[in-house]
Amino acid sequence: MDVKGLNYSCTACHTTKGHKISGRCYSQAAPNKHQLALPKDDGERLACESCHGQSPHKNGDILNHHSDKVSCQTCHIPQYARGGIFTKMWWDWSTAGTMDENGKPIVKKDEHGNLIFHSKKGDMGWAQNVNPEYGWYNGSMIYFRSSDKVPPGAEKIGINSLNGDYEDPAARIFPFKIMRAKQPYDPENRTLLIPYLAGKKGSGAYWGDYDWQKAGEIGMREVGLPFSGKVDFIDSDMYWPITHMVAPKEQALSCEECHSRNGRLANLQGFYLPGRDRWGLLDRLAWIVLGLTLLGVLVHAGLRFISANRKGGQS
Amino acid sequence: MKIKLQLYTRFERFWHWSQAFLIIFLLITGFEVHGSCKIFGYAAACRWHNLAGITLLILSAFAIFWHLTTGQWRHYKPSFENLRGIIGHYLIGIMRGEPHPFHKSEERKLNPLQSLSYLFLKVVLLPLQLVSGLLYYYYNDWINWGWAARLDGVAFLHTAMAFAMLLFLVVHVYLTTTGGTLLTYTKSMFTGWEEVDDGIMNEKS
Repeated sequence: MDVKGLNYSCTACHTTKGHKISGRCYSQAAPNKHQLALPKDDGERLACESCHGQSPHKNGDILNHHSDKVSCQTCHIPQYARGGIFTKMWWDWSTAGTMDENGKPIVKKDEHGNLIFHSKKGDMGWAQNVNPEYGWYNGSMIYFRSSDKVPPGAEKIGINSLNGDYEDPAARIFPFKIMRAKQPYDPENRTLLIPYLAGKKGSGAYWGDYDWQKAGEIGMREVGLPFSGKVDFIDSDMYWPITHMVAPKEQALSCEECHSRNGRLANLQGFYLPGRDRWGLLDRLAWIVLGLTLLGVLVHAGLRFISANRKGGQS
Repeated sequence: MKIKLQLYTRFERFWHWSQAFLIIFLLITGFEVHGSCKIFGYAAACRWHNLAGITLLILSAFAIFWHLTTGQWRHYKPSFENLRGIIGHYLIGIMRGEPHPFHKSEERKLNPLQSLSYLFLKVVLLPLQLVSGLLYYYYNDWINWGWAARLDGVAFLHTAMAFAMLLFLVVHVYLTTTGGTLLTYTKSMFTGWEEVDDGIMNEKS
């Protein structure tokens, strides 16, 4: 990374200890209770703060006031999938299995060479230079497990969901890529389907026989979960924390990206954000009162002007 | 009889005009942070607002010292004397060209309406604004003070008081035009001297 500058290899940050590669986002909380991952404490240098500290900006700079509620990544990774490399944003499994007129699998690519349809996988969508989505995140997530039930009436499930909110002192605003997809699931047992995917023709694998029922039966039997024999599809979201591809500091977000009426944090509710939030009633009432006062002043001035002229005329 | 009095000493004039500049500047930058206008850009507005706020705080410390040591605070002792007559003057008498019912003197240079509104400004509005502004600035340290309040309340108060200040400014500036000429009062706030009617009838005049 940064070949012309620091020229870091992966292990500069992802240090290893006892055959464990440290990686913070999944196995442990990103600055858990605001503890810094300093090398002297736990031999890891995995958070930005490990090297930069919690007041990395100029002394007295109000930017330093943000580090308790806003992660470094939020401002310093303005977009992901930069530098001409696309990232997969959408994967619709429900269209898989569609063949051409000869019964052969179809493979379609867009003009950039990204795979947008494959009979084995369904439709896929790609994007580059994407603005992240933002959420409160204390470093831990709740995963949708193979035995978890899709709630009745739900049109979408979260493969994972974020822990933390404004009130949580360990949570900070963090950038995410949300991978959106359509997943096969068992509408009767209301569980996600774990299909037997890769295998030869005749093995029952989906990529051999293109039969969701058969693939579902084998797959669910292997993992020891019940299967009704029915297969449907459901939308799903998955949060992927964005923490690599830190941009040069000149490209970090400006204040207005968030501190404005319709900024990047427009949908992040439950707290007061200066520049974004106001009290509709206070603002409206105050401007009305100010307007009426100005009007009163103008009328008063007008009357003074008229009466002064009249008197001038008389004398 | 018209006499010339020095109503505003040098420090008072310096204090008045620097406070006026700071408050107007704070209103502009503050409303930009609030999202009501776009002038300096958010980062600059925020930085200048904080700097101007601290400056006003320091100025206020000097002003309080000045008021106490010179005894000028007495001008702000609330008085309701002929309040009705003064309000009536601004509503009707001023149209008829009648003289102001209050006569300024070195002992009492503010009419009751002025002393009441300036007292409110000085002991309610400005302190609330300075305190809520400081709390706003030190928002990140609340957790260290063991204070579990949310920013909402402080921001609400600070914004509401800013609107009140703007309202004061509009009326105050307008009322400065009610002297002998439109600029009489403004001039005397620059020179310190004002020609006032001492209320004593002079038959020759």
